[in-house]
This record gives sequence, C-alpha cells and structure tokens, in this order.
Amino acid sequence: MWRDAWLICRKDLRIEARSRVTLNHVLPFVLTVVMLFAFALDADTTMLRRATGGLFWVTILFAANVIAQRSAAVDRPDGLPDALRLSRLSPAGVYLGKTASLFVQLTVTEIVLALIMVLTYDVRLEGVAVILVTIPLGTLSIAAIGSIYGPLAAGLDGKETVLPLLMLPALAPVLLAATNAFGVAFGTTIGPGWRWVGMLGMLCSIYVVVGTATSAALLEET
Amino acid sequence: MTTESVIQLRSAVALLGQFPVLAGVDLDVRDGERVLVQGPNGAGKTSLLRTLAGLIPVSAGSATVMGCDLRADRRSVRPLVGLMAHATGLYDDLTAADNVRFWAEACRIERADADGAMDRVGLAARLRSVPVHRLSTGQRRRVSLAAMIVRRPRLWLLDEPHAGLDVVGRDLVDGLIADAATAGATILFASHDLDRATTVASRVVTIVGGTVSHDSGAAGAGADDVA
Repeated sequence: MWRDAWLICRKDLRIEARSRVTLNHVLPFVLTVVMLFAFALDADTTMLRRATGGLFWVTILFAANVIAQRSAAVDRPDGLPDALRLSRLSPAGVYLGKTASLFVQLTVTEIVLALIMVLTYDVRLEGVAVILVTIPLGTLSIAAIGSIYGPLAAGLDGKETVLPLLMLPALAPVLLAATNAFGVAFGTTIGPGWRWVGMLGMLCSIYVVVGTATSAALLEET
Repeated sequence: MTTESVIQLRSAVALLGQFPVLAGVDLDVRDGERVLVQGPNGAGKTSLLRTLAGLIPVSAGSATVMGCDLRADRRSVRPLVGLMAHATGLYDDLTAADNVRFWAEACRIERADADGAMDRVGLAARLRSVPVHRLSTGQRRRVSLAAMIVRRPRLWLLDEPHAGLDVVGRDLVDGLIADAATAGATILFASHDLDRATTVASRVVTIVGGTVSHDSGAAGAGADDVA
C-alpha cells in the first residue's frame, strides 16, 4: 500500500511539475485573494492581523478546491480509470498517494501565502509551535477530504460547482479548529490553542481513515 | 499446447444500466487460442472484452476467466489480463517512457522491463522523452501497447488493435499476437480489419445483439470458417 501511495504521489507531482497548474494558476489566485482581502478591509492592519487566521484558511480552502479538481481530473481522460482498476495498485494506496500529492501542493501554496501575509498583514507570531503543528494537520485534513470528493465530483455534470458544494461543508470543522488555533498563535484570541490542535488531529484521523476505508468503492465507482 | 480452459461463459448476461450489452453469451476459450471477435457496430464486442477484464459485472449466468469467478469477485481477474481498448490509458502530461514505467511499476514489474517493452513496439528512442500529448495517434497506440505488454498478461484483450496504425504498426501488432500465443498467452481481439485479422486468428467468433451467433471453434462449425 505505501509503495503504491509513493508511486501515485510521485506520478501526480511529476504531472504537476510538467503542467505547472499550481505555479501558474493557483499561486496567482492566492496572491489575488490576499490583495482583495486587504483592499476590502481598507488596509486596516489591526483588522487584518485579527482576521489573518481565518483569511489564511479560507484562502487555502479556495485553493484546495482548484488543486483537488485538477488532481482528480488528471486520472479521468482516455481510459485512465479503467487502467487504474486493471493495475495491481491497491485502492488504499491510490487514495493515500493522491492525498500525499495534494498535501505537498497545498503546503507549497501555504508557504507562499504565509510569506505574503507576514509581509502585508503585519502578523506577529506568539505561538510558533501551535502554528507548526496546525498547518500540517489542517493541510492533511483538507487533502484527505479533497481526495474523496475530487474523484466523486469529477464524474458528475457541473463538477466545477459540485466539488465546492461537497467539500466546503465537510471542511467547516477544519476551518473552525485551524482558525482558532491560529488566532491563539497570533495572540488575537485568548484560549487553549492546543485544544483546537487536538480537535484538528482528531478530524484529520477521521478523514484519512474514512478515505482509506472507502477507497475501493471510490476507485470502482468514479 | 495445453488445453486448459481460460474462458468459460454460460448464458452470461451483462447490463449497462438497464440495457443488456451481453444477452446470454456462451463461450469457451482454451489456452493459447487466438480468437477474433467480430460483429457489427454495437453488437457487444467491446462489452465482451470489458466483461472478461472484470470491468462490467456479470448479472446472470456464469463466467469464469482464468479460474476467477466473475460473478463472485470480478476484481480478482484484473491483474491477470491486459486490455488495450480504444482509449490509450495514458497520462498526457507524462512522457512516453514515464507512462510505460509507471504502468510497469503499477503492475509490480521492474522499471527496466519497460525499456524492453518500448523496444518491442518499436518506439524510437527520440520519442520516449516526448510528452504523450505531443505524439501522433499511431505513436500513442504504440505506447499504449507497450504499457499493456509490459504487464506480461496471460490473457490479452485487444479492442481494434490495428486502428490508428500504419502498415508497419499493424504488422507489429500481428507479430506481437503471434509471439504472445507462442509464449502461451491467450488472445481475444475485436477487429473490423477482417482481411488482416482472420490471418492472425485461430478461431472466429461472431457476436450479434449481445449473443454469439457463430463460432468457428464450436462443434459442428465448418472447417473453412477459420483462415
């Protein structure tokens, strides 16, 4: 299973390296969203600083929607679903590989987004440890959900609108936990930041387990 | 050559939605046979091949392929077959070599064997590093063929294998079929290029309306039915 996951992840990242969708489409999109938020909040750095956690994760959810759609789309054309079914790849390996590749692409997007936000929103970090744990857990949760709903939506009419309708409600708890953990780390919210991180860890585990358990049906029916 | 039964269908019915794409097929194929499946468009040739590959469920009758009961568990047969369909099953953004190596590894075959497969289908070295979306239809078919043979399947299911290929490519496909049969593989292929296909086949099965209407390998069939 892990070998298959590595194979799928490497293949997806190689496709991304050649097509450069994240680089050419997602990163400019993220930059635009950050700037639009800044304009909308009238460059009020106090307000921006307070809202940074929420803005960060909302922007990542939008970016994840695009990346998950693309990740599912690369396995759709020209008989590829049948080819995957006929291979000896384990469905769980395929699911975990897609999740890992999404995780890597989202992490790159987050690094760029964080740099832009630090530079433009005047963010002050007070809880680096909380941030360093929140980011991978939040990202893995988003990737795990994106790898479930991405392939499901890819086979439907109007997939561009169906995917966010499926994915975003499922990610609402992640947004809540990650935003609050960030709020504590940025010193804009008072409260037990590690409790939110714990909740994020629980959500992440549930999503990965559900995705792995349903991977055979996912590969078969999509 | 052994006479082990590789495919055994009895009144097999397969549905796509409510439509019976196979409407009671009886078919026995033995080890090493080269079976041409012919019939008009929409007769059920592609559906038969996809059913044998475990991609379409058998909803009535019985179907056994290489000892796997397709009604009980159609997924178990998938690693044993090689299916070359109309679609190439290739990633457009990957190079030809990347594609063949990926499918080799996905089938637990050494990456090094992928180079051998590309050599066998005559894929020029300069084309191996070209992304698949830049290749011609014929070149893509060759890559697809390489991705299939690298799996070393015991049962080859080829849907219009000559389509999109030039004469050299068609000769190559015929050679690969002959070599595979010599090595003990069983081959079922659907083709509209009957002049060529009948020279390759050891047996001809005609499908009409989702059922076998004529089988040159069946008892009582005329001796002149097979080329």
